Amino acid sequence: MLKVEDLHVYYGAIHALQGINFELEKGEIVALIGANGAGKSTSLNTVSGLLRPAQGSVTFNGEVLNKVPAQQIVRKGIIQVPEGRKIFGRMTVWENLEMGAFIGSDRAVILQDIDSAFSRFPRLKERRNQLGGTLSGGEQQMLAIARGLMAHPDLLLLDEPSMGLSPLLVEQIFDIIQDINEQGTSILLVEQNAQMALAIADRAYVLETGKIVMKGSGDDLLEDQSVIEAYLGGH
Amino acid sequence: MKNTSDQNISKIKLSKFLRPLITFLISSFLLYRIYEVVFIRQQFTPDIWVRFAISGLILGGMYALIAIGYTLVYGIMFMINFAHGEVMMLGAFGGYFIFELFNFIPTPTVADPDLTFLNSQPILSIILAFVAGVTIAGLSGYFLEKIAYRPLRKAPRLILLITAIGASTALQNLAMLLFGPTRKNVINPMILERSAGWSVLVSGKPVLITYTGVFSLVLSALLMVALYLVVQKTKLGRSMRAVAQDKNTAALMGVDVDDVISKTFIISGMLAGAAGVMWDIHMGLVNHYTGFLPGIKAFTAAVMGGIGNIPGAMLGGILLGMLEAVGPAALGIDFQLKDVIAFTILILVLIVRPSGILGEKLSEEKL
Ligand SMILES: Nc1ncnc2c1ncn2[C@@H]1O[C@H](COP(=O)(O)OP(=O)(O)O)[C@@H](O)[C@H]1O
Ligand SMILES: [Mg+2]
Repeated sequence: MLKVEDLHVYYGAIHALQGINFELEKGEIVALIGANGAGKSTSLNTVSGLLRPAQGSVTFNGEVLNKVPAQQIVRKGIIQVPEGRKIFGRMTVWENLEMGAFIGSDRAVILQDIDSAFSRFPRLKERRNQLGGTLSGGEQQMLAIARGLMAHPDLLLLDEPSMGLSPLLVEQIFDIIQDINEQGTSILLVEQNAQMALAIADRAYVLETGKIVMKGSGDDLLEDQSVIEAYLGGH
Repeated sequence: MKNTSDQNISKIKLSKFLRPLITFLISSFLLYRIYEVVFIRQQFTPDIWVRFAISGLILGGMYALIAIGYTLVYGIMFMINFAHGEVMMLGAFGGYFIFELFNFIPTPTVADPDLTFLNSQPILSIILAFVAGVTIAGLSGYFLEKIAYRPLRKAPRLILLITAIGASTALQNLAMLLFGPTRKNVINPMILERSAGWSVLVSGKPVLITYTGVFSLVLSALLMVALYLVVQKTKLGRSMRAVAQDKNTAALMGVDVDDVISKTFIISGMLAGAAGVMWDIHMGLVNHYTGFLPGIKAFTAAVMGGIGNIPGAMLGGILLGMLEAVGPAALGIDFQLKDVIAFTILILVLIVRPSGILGEKLSEEKL
């Protein structure tokens, strides 16, 4: 479904991605784990079209996305829930959801989708007229995911959804991610919380300073000695 | 390192002690002066004050429409579009030429063999004048952004600012080349005769409320309500707010950021164009320089209301119009100095409250 080949991305002189390869089959949860600054967000932003590769390619369902503008990539079914939630702080919860449905045009479908978002996240329903900026971190993460789902993604890119959340909320978010996946959405999950990510991932890649240093099934990596030492608190 | 911490200390001192002190000194001086002029000297009777206030309100409505354009563009690009006054001027020319043209088309009747289209179809003429002015100004805004600003999307803001000043001069000169430097008298349809109006008595003396004034004010108010509805209630308005808050995230929602920026310039231009045609109708004179002062004053109004804030621009516009109309009389200075009032206010706002009445901070880095 998604295929990233020999991807090089620069920020000015900084060589942030140094020829990475990864792929994702339809229906999978693939995790991209690695320390802060490894290049995880850069990878997602390049897939989303916010950054352009200097070399290499991103292919989605057989189509090369290198030159497709970000707003068109969204229409092809790739939706990103960005790092730090990026809720529109001066819009209400309702308006944020409407923004998520920006590419939709059928009013009835949009209202129905907002309804299902509210039944998945009852907290959001209570706060639907509240400004996004006034929500708690957990609520914002839920809103960000709900907003992403409004566009009916085929592939959902999640950038550190557990960041800054309490362990209980992290559990909840990961349950939701699995649930979304079971309903047919493929997921590319970026995490620093490797333990949780590997537990739900079909396959995973380990990123280190712009290079992929390891790959395997989620379970295999969970048991790999070097991964345990580097990312799982080395017990 | 030491140097910067020293600078920080002096900045804190300025905001902590100097700013309130300056504010206090200026306001007590102004209040005393106004008290002396208005209550001790009693130079003007109440009807005169009412007259000033009305003309200020009308002027303020036009400033507000133009100011909204500065604020919309600032909100989305963090730039001051100094060519915005010229967009208003081009709109004013659009309305002027429609009136000229229609006054040239004879539609004689038995009763009045000299009747022209302008007066046989006055409402249609006025509508078409606005359509022309608004269209021309909207297109000017669109091309201004596309040609002058879009190539600089990633450039530092200072470059954009300088480009905007250059574009302002270029458009003024273009208009002078095309239309000549002389001031043109705008011929209104007779139903909007400039000296006609309702007469009301204020403390026994008549005050004329002109039709053109009421017309401008009502239209400004309607357009402001319309803009507010577009921004708050429509999909376009929502995408404009999204782009203003976070361009990348807006793009991740499927918003075409460049397209929204274009539309923001078109809407800003259209409002300025409407103000331009009102200027034609109410003021009666137009030339290539017509947009310059209203442009700078509307910018002042936008800063005063809080740049980036739409209700702030509306409030600032009305307030500035009033201050300019009432100010010279209240301060007991020459009426010729009314333009100076706007610029003095700009400087005072920047010293005393750079964030404006309702808005966010206008700091050097954002400029
Ligand atoms: N906007 C930027 N400008 C310059 N360098 C950046 C920018 N964003 C990220 N980088 C650099 O690129 C590298 C990868 O960053 P990022 O993809 O954000 O890492 P991660 O998401 O894995 O924490 C880091 O070295 C980071 O400093
Ligand atoms: Mg990151």
